Amino acid sequence: MVTGDVAPAIRIANLSKFFGDLTAIDDVTIDIPTGEFLVIVGPSGCGKTTLLRILAGLDQPSVGAFTVSTPKELGRPENSMVFQGDSLFPWMTVWDNAAYGLRMRGAPAAQIKEVVGHYLDRIGLTRFAKSYPHELSGGMRQRVSIARAFANDPEILLMDEPFSALDAQNKLLLQEELLRIWEEHKKTVVFITHSVDEAVILGDRIMIMTAQPGRVKMLLRVPFGRPRNVMELARDAQFGNLVHDIWMQLREEVDRARSQNEMNG
Amino acid sequence: MSQVASVIPQAKPWTLNRRSRERIISFLSPIALLLLWEVLARLGILDTRFFPAPSQILSTLLTMMTSGELLDDTLISMTRLAVGFLVGGIPALIIGVVMGLNSTLRAMIDPLIAATYPIPKSSILPLALLVLGLGEASKIFMVAIGVFYPIAMNSMAGVREINRVYLDVGHNFKAGRWDVFRTIALPGAMPMIMTGVKLGVGMGLVLIAIAEMVGAKSGLGYLIWNAWETFAVDQMYVGLFVIALIGFALTLILNELEKILVPWKP
Ligand SMILES: Nc1ncnc2c1ncn2[C@@H]1O[C@H](COP(=O)(O)OP(=O)(O)O)[C@@H](O)[C@H]1O
Ligand SMILES: [Mg+2]
Repeated sequence: MVTGDVAPAIRIANLSKFFGDLTAIDDVTIDIPTGEFLVIVGPSGCGKTTLLRILAGLDQPSVGAFTVSTPKELGRPENSMVFQGDSLFPWMTVWDNAAYGLRMRGAPAAQIKEVVGHYLDRIGLTRFAKSYPHELSGGMRQRVSIARAFANDPEILLMDEPFSALDAQNKLLLQEELLRIWEEHKKTVVFITHSVDEAVILGDRIMIMTAQPGRVKMLLRVPFGRPRNVMELARDAQFGNLVHDIWMQLREEVDRARSQNEMNG
Repeated sequence: MSQVASVIPQAKPWTLNRRSRERIISFLSPIALLLLWEVLARLGILDTRFFPAPSQILSTLLTMMTSGELLDDTLISMTRLAVGFLVGGIPALIIGVVMGLNSTLRAMIDPLIAATYPIPKSSILPLALLVLGLGEASKIFMVAIGVFYPIAMNSMAGVREINRVYLDVGHNFKAGRWDVFRTIALPGAMPMIMTGVKLGVGMGLVLIAIAEMVGAKSGLGYLIWNAWETFAVDQMYVGLFVIALIGFALTLILNELEKILVPWKP
């Protein structure tokens, strides 16, 4: 699928994950090229988080394997994850949260100061550097989680529904912000969402997953260039068509997930 | 009435807001009780052999302070309390947090703690005296044992209640074992650790008083016990008063410490 001399950043081969009798992920195979923004959509419970946790090294695959081949620069981490839901340390200030990754890998103080300062500036929270998470709104906290992952300067960013808890306006602003920050370095991103609009706005490619057990149902390329203007994009007729097509695919799976739930419950 | 005064309604003391009124009331009620006690004692309605007048207790307090014996006993008790707190509290904190993080160690140590916890700590005193003798060691041991349980148990519970996602974050950001302890387990459990510390200090205060009554020739517990033996009832009250004062001061100090150590609690 991917041609050219660049080795894919992530190569997932026939990967499955079982929890007891439950098959969460079933035989997923995909190559993710370096620098790609891949979005995974699928009904809830289809194994998206599980797949991301495996890529992050927080869980092990039951069958199959994945390899990550990135230019191993000295001291740079392989991946950083933006977790689903609130995951900022409540006992650390915004600054300390954002600096966490760099501190854990013993970066020099001057570098920490520069990098963390840069990303807090980018997310517009410099004024809140000394605040604790409970003093921030949900949208602000989510921005700090993103800054925490970016500041760690990983080869690969893993993002698990980072915007799903936000209201529509905040979501739009953060999508724009994320794209702006991402344009700086064009890191490889694996981004999970259950919002089809979001998938099309952000992604280079979209992987649609089936309801449980999670398989790859379809892979689509998003035809829009970069940099993207989120507002302009929404007016594009092609955007509407693509969203519609993906919805039709997804809808089958959502319906299937629903009838599964009714049978079980 | 002058015009100026009548246009400033706030000047009336009876329109204080509810909070300051409550504060004044809670300040006045013990004073009223002391006054009542004083009056009843002087009228001979209270038996002053058992309930000497507050003024009498105060004058005994002043005499004991000027002679230096009260200060000595207080310092000795507080030193024992402090040393016992560290001897019991530091291992309790480490063991508790490690038990919270490691299920194997928890399976090993938890039954020991659960089995020994119900033993009333004061009932170990004879054994402590037997093994450790009448010196400082037995007093410090008693305080330490009282401090140990609440801190160990609360530290463990505090760590176990930390949301798993924070450990995942630590793992993902390559935090080592020591980093996880230092940046996640300890601060995450700190609110409950502080609860344990407060309970432990209260327990330590109880146990130091008891330990000094039986096996000591110094300290506030000894002072109270000695007062009973010599029937110096007003001295007994002075001892009780100083212990209460220490307990009160420690509560205030620990509340301040909590604000410093847990600045992130809303
Ligand atoms: N640690 C686990 N133990 C058992 N079952 C799990 C575990 N983690 C996830 N699952 C199950 O695996 C399935 C996929 O979960 P998840 O990856 O969280 O889905 P998604 O993120 O797509 O909503 C769900 O049915 C979930 O209940
Ligand atoms: Mg999920």
